[in-house]
Amino acid sequence: MTDAGYIPESDQPSDTIIAELRSVSKHFGDVVAADNLNLSIRKGEFLSFLGPSGCGKTTALRMLAGFEAPTSGDVLLDSEVVNNLEAHRRPVNMVFQHYALFPHLTVEQNIGYGLRQQRPRLAKPVIAEKVRKTLELVRLDGFEKRRIWEMSGGQQQRVALARAIVNEPKLLLLDEPLAALDRKLRKEMQIELQNLQRSLGITFVLVTHDQEEALSMSDRICIMRDGRIVQIGSPRDLYDQPKNRYVAGFVGTSNFFDGKVSGTGRDHVSVTLAGGLILEGVAVGDIANGQDVCVSVRPEQIRLNRSPDKKEGFPVTVSNRIFLGEHTEYLVKHESLGEFLVLTPRQTELNDGPFNTGDTLLASWDPGAALILDRA
Amino acid sequence: MTQRTRNWLLLAPAGTWFLVMLIVPLTVVLIYSFGERATAGGYSPAFTFEQYANLPARWAAFKNTMVLAPVGTLAALLIAYPVAYFLAVRVSPKWKTILLVLVIVPFWTSILIRSYAWIFLLGGRGIPALLEWIGIEGVRLINTPFSVLIGIIYGYLPLMVFPIYVNLERLDKRLLEASSDLGAKPWRTFIQITLPMSIPGIATGCMLVFILLMGEFLIPALLGGGKVFFVGNALVDLFLQSRNWPYGSAVAVTLVVVMLITVTIYMRLIKRLGAHREDVSLM
Ligand SMILES: Nc1ncnc2c1ncn2[C@@H]1O[C@H](COP(=O)(O)OP(=O)(O)O)[C@@H](O)[C@H]1O
Ligand SMILES: [Mg+2]
Repeated sequence: MTDAGYIPESDQPSDTIIAELRSVSKHFGDVVAADNLNLSIRKGEFLSFLGPSGCGKTTALRMLAGFEAPTSGDVLLDSEVVNNLEAHRRPVNMVFQHYALFPHLTVEQNIGYGLRQQRPRLAKPVIAEKVRKTLELVRLDGFEKRRIWEMSGGQQQRVALARAIVNEPKLLLLDEPLAALDRKLRKEMQIELQNLQRSLGITFVLVTHDQEEALSMSDRICIMRDGRIVQIGSPRDLYDQPKNRYVAGFVGTSNFFDGKVSGTGRDHVSVTLAGGLILEGVAVGDIANGQDVCVSVRPEQIRLNRSPDKKEGFPVTVSNRIFLGEHTEYLVKHESLGEFLVLTPRQTELNDGPFNTGDTLLASWDPGAALILDRA
Repeated sequence: MTQRTRNWLLLAPAGTWFLVMLIVPLTVVLIYSFGERATAGGYSPAFTFEQYANLPARWAAFKNTMVLAPVGTLAALLIAYPVAYFLAVRVSPKWKTILLVLVIVPFWTSILIRSYAWIFLLGGRGIPALLEWIGIEGVRLINTPFSVLIGIIYGYLPLMVFPIYVNLERLDKRLLEASSDLGAKPWRTFIQITLPMSIPGIATGCMLVFILLMGEFLIPALLGGGKVFFVGNALVDLFLQSRNWPYGSAVAVTLVVVMLITVTIYMRLIKRLGAHREDVSLM
């Protein structure tokens, strides 16, 4: 199971749009589970919906699967509006959150289920052969006759995956497929899922609340909040160019310093913090003078320095240190900025460290590393 | 206290109950069945197979029971399943409670009173009169096997609905979505998922109704009018009217044996049907 090697990205996702949400909203009574969603899913891409629990990810997925019809707007598959097309008529398959495997059928029967529904009927040997190949693909050969309850969580996960991909769907929907697995297994399955997606060329749409999962597997991530899409982009775009504080906080970790815009230059914006301190940074999107914003600085962009002769930087004291192997994470305190995180590569420590709790250091960063973000 | 003693103590009430209420009476009945009728009625000790030799005289009662109990069970199942399915799968939670109560309401009145209602409905001035009015004449319903069957189905329907309802209610509805997602049309989902998954509920309901039906006497007495009688009626007659206890005992023993055989065969069948499930439970 651990021999899942890395399969390089083969073809870049094409520009063909395979599915689309157009101004899609979904109301459950007073609850607005989806609010004016607009999204194009490209053929062959790995797209993730990322957001906290209850933000409408599952609802979006269920509208693509055909379990819910949108209250307004259109769902398109292959350029056709399918708002009211029943799930069993859509060329789309889903891996359910808790797998929803059929307990009265064997592993083999579970995987062959979709093939047995096809009309005109597929010949028995054809079904058997497809099931066998898929079992091999998810490395479950030998488990054909097992009952579902005789399988471990990780194995059940792969049966669920096999049951969906054996049908060669145009769109594979995965609702938090790895949430029930332990950390180690989850890591392995992330690699396996990504490899599978690349070798099969099936379009994957994954729902998750785990940022690391989304960042490591997806071609594009769709960040959601309260039923709305906040930002869509590649993991790198979202990390480097978050649209607002919410996205910056959801994709990776960051330090936020709240303040008001006090000056806008050509490249740099100055922000005056509550304590009177002025920080410089680059604006992402439109920022107006006097606007409430926050300055976001990633922990790994901050340098710690012992030499007190250099006067640049903020004097801080180390209040906590966590050794992470390649990196060390410091929690440092500045009298005006408050506490913030710094991630330091091991090399810095070898040259200048180690920094201990209570040490007084200088913290600094390039103005280009400080992003001025809308506080929403 | 050791674990062992504690186990025994915990089992004691059930064990005592089992002994006093089941084993002892059965033994007494078994002994009686080999005895003779005392001249004034009741039991006089003897060892004879005469009572068993006389069993064919009550063949009609056995025949009626062995036909109407399974047919009634099957009919109740066919009616109860859609009701239970509707309640468990289709009805919104708001209506569910109300409709469930409606299923139970008949239990608030005695079966005796409810059967009298059927006597009227099926009797000369009930449905037959209505049929006559639209031109269908000479229909007789009361005091026929059909009227007994109607009474049985009516009386035992809730007992069939509930186990199936509970079973279907517990059924993970995501399995139905998964089936649909994999391309199964609604009725294929029903045949391939819902029905097999509800076998335990069906088994429990049938078992419950069938066993109780084997001992039924009130409904045949009221709606069969002495023409369609069950073994239960024969027992009432033998023990209470003609006071032939040994013969009654022989009939009772035979009924128990027949019941044991049927139930054993039935269990085997269900076990084979449900062999794929780890959680097949009959009760
Ligand atoms: N069938 C439903 N009936 C009523 N409310 C629902 C239903 N499905 C989802 N919701 C509500 O819609 C919101 C979004 O739910 P969901 O899409 O499941 O979120 P997520 O998958 O992101 O956790 C939640 O507030 C949830 O309570
Ligand atoms: Mg969800």
